[in-house]
Amino acid sequence: MTTTVEAMHGSHAGHDTPRGATPPVFYVRDEHAHEAASTALGFWIYLMSDCLIFAVLFATYGVLGTSYAAGPTPKELFDLKLVALNTSMLLFSSITYGFAMLAMEKGRTAQTQGWLVITLLFGLAFLGIELFEFAHLIHEGAGPWRSAFLSAFFTLVGTHGLHVTFGSVWLVTLMVQVARRGLIPANRRRLMCLSMFWHFLDVIWIGVFTFVYLMGALR
Amino acid sequence: MLETLTTFLFGRLSLESFPYHEPIVVATFFAVLLGGIALVAALSYFKLWGYLWTEWFTTVDHKRIGIMYMILGLIMLLRGFADAIMMRAQQAIAFNGSEGYLNSHHFDQVFTAHGVIMIFFVAMPFVTGLMNYVVPLQIGARDVSFPFLNNFSFWMTVGGAVLIMASLFIGEFARTGWLAYPPLSGLEASPDVGVDYYIWALQVAGVGTTLSGINLICTIVKMRAPGMTMMKMPVFTWTSLCTNVLIVASFPILTAVLVLLSLDRYVGTHFFTNDMGGNPMMYVNLIWIWGHPEVYILILPCFGIFSEVTSTFTGKKLFGYTSMVYATVVITILSYLVWLHHFFTMGSGASVNSFFGITTMIISIPTGAKIFNWLFTMYRGRIRFELPMMWTIAFMLTFVLGGMTGVLLAVPPADFVLHNSLFLIAHFHNVIIGGVLFGLFAGIYYWWPKAFGFRLDPFWGKMSFWFWVIGFYFAFMPLYVLGLMGVTRRLRVFEDPSLQIWFQIAAFGAVLIALGIGSFLIQIAVSILKRRQLVDVSGDPWEGRTLEWATSSPPPGYNFAFTPVIHDNDAWWDMKKRGYARPLEGFRPIHMPSNTGAGIILAGISTTLGFALIWHIWWLAAVSFIGLLVVAIGHTFNYNRDFHIPVDEVVRTENERTRLLSGQV
Repeated sequence: MTTTVEAMHGSHAGHDTPRGATPPVFYVRDEHAHEAASTALGFWIYLMSDCLIFAVLFATYGVLGTSYAAGPTPKELFDLKLVALNTSMLLFSSITYGFAMLAMEKGRTAQTQGWLVITLLFGLAFLGIELFEFAHLIHEGAGPWRSAFLSAFFTLVGTHGLHVTFGSVWLVTLMVQVARRGLIPANRRRLMCLSMFWHFLDVIWIGVFTFVYLMGALR
Repeated sequence: MLETLTTFLFGRLSLESFPYHEPIVVATFFAVLLGGIALVAALSYFKLWGYLWTEWFTTVDHKRIGIMYMILGLIMLLRGFADAIMMRAQQAIAFNGSEGYLNSHHFDQVFTAHGVIMIFFVAMPFVTGLMNYVVPLQIGARDVSFPFLNNFSFWMTVGGAVLIMASLFIGEFARTGWLAYPPLSGLEASPDVGVDYYIWALQVAGVGTTLSGINLICTIVKMRAPGMTMMKMPVFTWTSLCTNVLIVASFPILTAVLVLLSLDRYVGTHFFTNDMGGNPMMYVNLIWIWGHPEVYILILPCFGIFSEVTSTFTGKKLFGYTSMVYATVVITILSYLVWLHHFFTMGSGASVNSFFGITTMIISIPTGAKIFNWLFTMYRGRIRFELPMMWTIAFMLTFVLGGMTGVLLAVPPADFVLHNSLFLIAHFHNVIIGGVLFGLFAGIYYWWPKAFGFRLDPFWGKMSFWFWVIGFYFAFMPLYVLGLMGVTRRLRVFEDPSLQIWFQIAAFGAVLIALGIGSFLIQIAVSILKRRQLVDVSGDPWEGRTLEWATSSPPPGYNFAFTPVIHDNDAWWDMKKRGYARPLEGFRPIHMPSNTGAGIILAGISTTLGFALIWHIWWLAAVSFIGLLVVAIGHTFNYNRDFHIPVDEVVRTENERTRLLSGQV
């Protein structure tokens, strides 16, 4: 114990022996703001972690996607016209969200809100069609419990749908917040995060559309 | 009618769910109950609830959250170790026709709970706690990037721990082993609540872990003090960065695979069932794609601790800083390419097994480079054998042994013989105790004076050290022998009387470890009592080299009155050598995040949601899910999340430190 205390004194004695004539700068007096920059990075990292969840679901679909257990196959089940309609709803919602962001950049609150409403409607249309498709499949006896293929299908597509649902709730929340406080920096940051989330779901859907529906119809 | 009502109200929960017919559990319950009542009474008597709520539970200060993580880890260590010593006792006596004292229903829960608790609720909170406490200080930041998320993450981890503890007295825990492989963990083989407790405890805690990983990555990437380039970061910060990258890149996989398992159990899907096209090996693959990186999540920060400790206590710059960083990064990447070595016996063929065997062996190269770097750092250094250094040396000896048995197991033909044997158990305890646990102790002894302003009592520390190290060898070397003789893991009773002596030696080792844990607790108590003698007012008791030693012990809420500027990897050493003078005037108000109760409330609701789902209490699940949404959305309407520490307070704090420092010289 004593030695350490001695040593401690020794280290402080180091203060008396600067090498150069003027000691280098060891601290700054200005405050640094980090918060805003961190949010964008943090949200990106979150999206990548979410992407991994989808990666697992895709991998599971890849492994189990042909385990029909003598049940229906993708070719018999998927209605590509309906899926095309559904896909266009989601893609349009991404475009309209883009317009909302452009309006936000110009500081036009009413216009931003208008595009957000349209985005929401497209999102809800997508969810409606998806629920209709699910109900139809279950009605035909092709529910998630029918085979491993259908388990993987419902989980992958359903998880995406769940994300769109949460995105819609979030969208409504942000619209209320923009209505109450306008396009203040905090709200702009939030709209930017939801924008990334919304486009991310689009990218995932393109994977679902290609990998599950189109390739399923070919099989 | 009544039955329908009780089923609606309580789901599967009934009077029969409480294990009042198991004397061991009942005795434990009363001990916990009495302890709990005493604690609540003491807190109420001393009127500490308000203090705890405002200063600790709702805090967003990374240091306090770090300390709370450490307390959680310590409490759960006692629980996890209680499970361990129960197993050792059972296996030491269950010979010659004796059934021991644990029935199979109980024994299977004990070994499952031991593994789950030790990994998720001991090692993880300890590692996260140390990173939380140290990283912002080492990089000269005021807090983490997202202070509220940090608080929320901590309480989610607590929520998971609460669920596991609840399973002890309400219902039962899983009887599947710590990774809950299907089809054993499926609905058919495990219809009870045990696996559901497992799933929801890990899901609740997993949310916290993932978010804290994101938080610390952002902190390290975005909040470093000016001048601290990536290659000037302290090694502990580097290993923390890699660990958090691993967390973010692996915990979502655990989340997803547990979701699939719960769908099998709740909805009736066929992911991992034996029929209707399900594939149980899919689960085993996925969970090890999380599970192997998890091992490195635990060990990498400990490598960082050993690096800090070695260079501090030899008084030298770390040997081979650059190679240390690259070794860490290489391990981070390679940890994703080895998962299949956990089940070479799956039957994936010679080519696949060779690939994973070779990648596993390659991972020992960067690890070996690290060992040599530490040895060369010590070479010709003036080594001070303080407690952190003792743990570091014990680690180097023990870990090399465990690493070598690991390379042995990486050879697929050898693994076919040793798979699922006690040799494997000995191996991973050898690396997890010898690496992670010894590292955590080194870290706790090293940074304790920073957190509390006094050192831990060396006498009881040395008692704890020797009991632990000797106890470890007594407890696990016999398991290598037994494993080589072909004894498999998780056995409750034995036929062959010649094996008993080895289990008795192992049980003796467990008793020594118990004494080690006891000495550690005594040490903390003694040190608190003797804190005036053990006090350190300098803030730099070990002749430290990195920034955390530049501020006072314990550091003020804002960490540094002025943001430091960094010129060297050993920033504080450089400052001391080149005439740094502590600023005494010109202080300004400091911008800080405000405390909030949202984290603990959200985590509390999540835990309730988990409990409702475990017991199929659907109305409660619905209510708590809606509650979760309402509180989470409500929290986003709060835009006033920060405040300024007034300049008077900064001046007062800094003058107090000036007074202490001058009083000492």
